Amino acid sequence: MRQTLILILTLLVSASAIAIDTELAFEDPEMQARYEELIAEVRCLVCQNQNIKDSNVFLASDLRREIRRMMSEGMSDAEIADFLVARYGEFVLYNPRKSGRTLVLWVTPALLLGIGAIVLVRVVRDRMNMPVDNDVLES
Amino acid sequence: MARYVALIIVFAVLIGIFALGLERDPRKLPSVLIDKPAPEYALPRVKDPLSTTGSADYAGQMVLVNIWATWCAGCRQEHDYLLQLAARNEIPIYGIDWRDQRPQALKWLNELGDPYVASAYDEDGRVGIDWGVYGAPETFLVSRDGHVLYKHIGPLDESIWQTEFVPRIAAQGTAK
Repeated sequence: MRQTLILILTLLVSASAIAIDTELAFEDPEMQARYEELIAEVRCLVCQNQNIKDSNVFLASDLRREIRRMMSEGMSDAEIADFLVARYGEFVLYNPRKSGRTLVLWVTPALLLGIGAIVLVRVVRDRMNMPVDNDVLES
Repeated sequence: MARYVALIIVFAVLIGIFALGLERDPRKLPSVLIDKPAPEYALPRVKDPLSTTGSADYAGQMVLVNIWATWCAGCRQEHDYLLQLAARNEIPIYGIDWRDQRPQALKWLNELGDPYVASAYDEDGRVGIDWGVYGAPETFLVSRDGHVLYKHIGPLDESIWQTEFVPRIAAQGTAK
């Protein structure tokens, strides 16, 4: 009984230790942190709702390898993003860049919120001007 | 009254947008390479590791570049059609054997037939990334001046060939 319990506990704990890359990509902790941040932002095109950090398909591991190569060549995050977008399009980035083509993604929510606010203010104002009896009749 | 009309219009527009969204397959991403220069590459041939093949082989020609692999079911599905297309001599087909294993690839070409002028062996997927490949089979139409005219994702067949490729080839003049 006790052994089974220990076994179950060990398995439970070890599950969280399963990582995609078993070794650290960079010895420098700063580079490693940058790397992990970068790969969390890149969409796996094969399994579209996963980033390449969590995905095990070979395209994801190929892209991680390319990102490691570009980082060790000293390329900046923006240059790496450009490399990926030039090949796979804006969709590859989870956090689209603020450029002409993705402007609609950034502006639409604010616009809709603004329209909502205007509508709300108008409705509330109309209601304030209504006689109380009319309100009941209308509904 | 006007308020309801406005609501109905907004509703209709939203329905329209959603209906369009339903029709589209989110797995099929448009290639960003369309009308851009096709990636250059030089890789060992599948059939002969000592000699290379690549974009230089078809400079000045209109060609198909077909990304394939033996592990890819869609590639098996389109293979017979590629053989037919190659036999018709309409356009040269160059292969990129993507993330594959050479013995299997050789067996595939020898047993099923080889529609390709040459197949490049992209063992580590580096060239595939340059082409923005994310799922084989993918077929690119490359113009004589080396631009990507069209990309088809998924198995090729006669009806796709007629509707998507033939008009684009015709627009460029004859393929040869």
